[in-house]
Amino acid sequence: MSVSATTAPPSPAAPPPDAPARRRRGYLFNRLDLKYSPYLYIAPFFLIFGAFGLYPMLRTAWMSLHDWDMVGEHTFIGLDNYSALVSDEYFWNALVNTFGIFALSTIPQLLMALFLANLLNQTLLRAKTFFRMAIFVPNVVSVAAVAIVFGMLFQRDFGLFNWLLGLVGVDQIDWRAQEWSSWTAIATMVNWRWTGYNTLILLAGMQAIPKDLYEAAAIDGASPWRQFWQITLPMLKPTFIFVVILSTIGGMQLFTEPLLFANGSIIGGNQREFQTLAMYMYEKGIYNLSTAGYGAAVAWAIFMIIVFVSLINFVLVRRAAK
Amino acid sequence: MSLTTRRSRMAAATLAAITAIGGLAACGNDDDTPAEGEKPAKLVVDTFGEMGYDELVKQYEQETGIKVELRKTAQLGEYRPKLVRYLATGKGAADVTALEEGILNEFKANPRNWADLTPLVPSEISDDYLPWKWELGKAPDGRLIGLPTDVGSLAVCYRKDLFEAAGLPTERDAVSALWPDWNGFHQAGQKYKQATGKAFIDSITAVSNGVLFQQGSDLFYDKENNIIADSSPAVKAAWDTATSMVDISAKASTWSPEWSGGFKQGTFAATFCPSWMLGIVADNSGEANKGKWDVAAVPGGGGNWGGSWLAVPEQSKYPEEAAKLAQFLTNATSQVEAFKAKGPLPTNLEALKNEAFLNYTNEYFSNAPTGKIFGESVAQIEPIHLGPKHQAVKENAFEPAMRAFENGQASKDAAWEQFTKDAQTQGVF
Repeated sequence: MSVSATTAPPSPAAPPPDAPARRRRGYLFNRLDLKYSPYLYIAPFFLIFGAFGLYPMLRTAWMSLHDWDMVGEHTFIGLDNYSALVSDEYFWNALVNTFGIFALSTIPQLLMALFLANLLNQTLLRAKTFFRMAIFVPNVVSVAAVAIVFGMLFQRDFGLFNWLLGLVGVDQIDWRAQEWSSWTAIATMVNWRWTGYNTLILLAGMQAIPKDLYEAAAIDGASPWRQFWQITLPMLKPTFIFVVILSTIGGMQLFTEPLLFANGSIIGGNQREFQTLAMYMYEKGIYNLSTAGYGAAVAWAIFMIIVFVSLINFVLVRRAAK
Repeated sequence: MSLTTRRSRMAAATLAAITAIGGLAACGNDDDTPAEGEKPAKLVVDTFGEMGYDELVKQYEQETGIKVELRKTAQLGEYRPKLVRYLATGKGAADVTALEEGILNEFKANPRNWADLTPLVPSEISDDYLPWKWELGKAPDGRLIGLPTDVGSLAVCYRKDLFEAAGLPTERDAVSALWPDWNGFHQAGQKYKQATGKAFIDSITAVSNGVLFQQGSDLFYDKENNIIADSSPAVKAAWDTATSMVDISAKASTWSPEWSGGFKQGTFAATFCPSWMLGIVADNSGEANKGKWDVAAVPGGGGNWGGSWLAVPEQSKYPEEAAKLAQFLTNATSQVEAFKAKGPLPTNLEALKNEAFLNYTNEYFSNAPTGKIFGESVAQIEPIHLGPKHQAVKENAFEPAMRAFENGQASKDAAWEQFTKDAQTQGVF
């Protein structure tokens, strides 16, 4: 900080005797305000991020290096939790389940969202605002409510889907008893809730594409189908990456839907047919008091997997769009 | 911008952050330890489910002038994580905390979290309760952690109208006489199934709960808390009896939507009822089925499913006053009042002999004398040893494996394999 700057500038009129001191004080305050106030303005974010984002992450990392009892002793054991994780059959089971549900939910969901966004983007469509609002409504419903209602629809004895299947002569399905059926049921909940959200984001991306590109293509005789493939999709690339990464994060952290689908049983199905990674983390880290350190290791594994999968997505989507 | 300027800015930002964090920390620091013998202005009680304390707490307030706040949590599943948080962070716990038998043991594993009640309550009250129940309130290191509240003595709830349609007797003594043992119960079920084509009981895990808690010995753990899941005779007996009844089961596991919906639909005609289950059966069946249910004795006699203790967390600022309140809530008169209000079955010997308790009849269940039925079966309950992770082994290893067999997902042998393997991982502590 330069000291010379504090000298008062020359004043045009003769001031009262104590004026220079007062003015100097005001000037100092202005300078302090200018220099430091911005930090105060942005401080709330950093403080909250530090307290609720960074600190828990670091603390979890620290916990994962211990044999940690939630209400008892903690012993430092280095990387033992992680080496145990690699050979833990139920961890891999949860990983496979998570990816299975992720694939069943993300892929159809994004295709559907792309289709719907393209429909909503048509200039001929009437009542656009109504449709755009309507498609977002499922996202506003609480996730627990969605899971409970769908859980009832997918019930074995009195569920709607089994009743409908019964009408066409298909036997009752115990949705919770097999992997394919439970994954389908959970993916249905995710798709119902998130398709509209992704549609809107993709729609926004589509509307940012300059109209003259389409006009030029139309003059050259390109069909709407061809325009979609050669203009819309390539121009949508950045939005698509964003949507894919968001879906990945959501898919890897899937928790409420499978938990409620299992009637609150943390192991997700009699033979862990649909226990996700987040549920396994909860089982080890919170449900079982004495294995909180191991649960923390699972949490970090989930974090690393999300980073890894997001990177793969990023590379794939970029290359495909090139 | 010069380096010094940047540095001083950083210093200012850090300073601001430190001030703010310091402010936050100051908020959480209310360590005003009370003076010796000072009377508390307020005591907090944490309970789950329905323990019937609403009126008792008001009465205590009037008698002592100490305000009592009753914090109720509907389900044990929500209650336990809260309790874990209080203990892990060292603050927030109530002065008097209810502990259910399934979770008592894992909290007993760290007795330092709980005040030793031995010096805080009169020593002679130990004779007032069922002896085994009193003993289970003690931690391995000898601390007295909990005062007994209730037991979940077992009975069978059955639908009179459905029994009648199947040609089975409907009068409660005649029904009890149908099944002096589990074999008789199975035969009655098969008879019912033959006559109606419908399932007799809700699930085989309900049967296993009945058998398991009747054995009166070590279950998943031995006395030294080693996991003995694969060699325990009690567990084997529960497994064999329960899995043999798969032919009469509706495959509707307890608490599932199929189960709660099944009460109204009449998917099953009988289920196992610890005394605290009566209210749940009534709720699930609805007003329309009032008077159709009745209560009979459990096959094999006795058995206990559930039941709680009142404990005082070490972090309570008024352990002495809290212990007095816990003692009040578990004395004979209070336990009878709680039973009349919400149904938890007394463990206080005097309460079990009380006239009002023994003459109580339940209107919903065809005026069954539930006080007498449950009161008599209390005497037959054998003390059992539940290990530190009993609940986890039962909920996440034993019952899922049994259900996998019930649903035809695994053979009986494969399911047993699954159970013994999972019992090891769930049971470590």
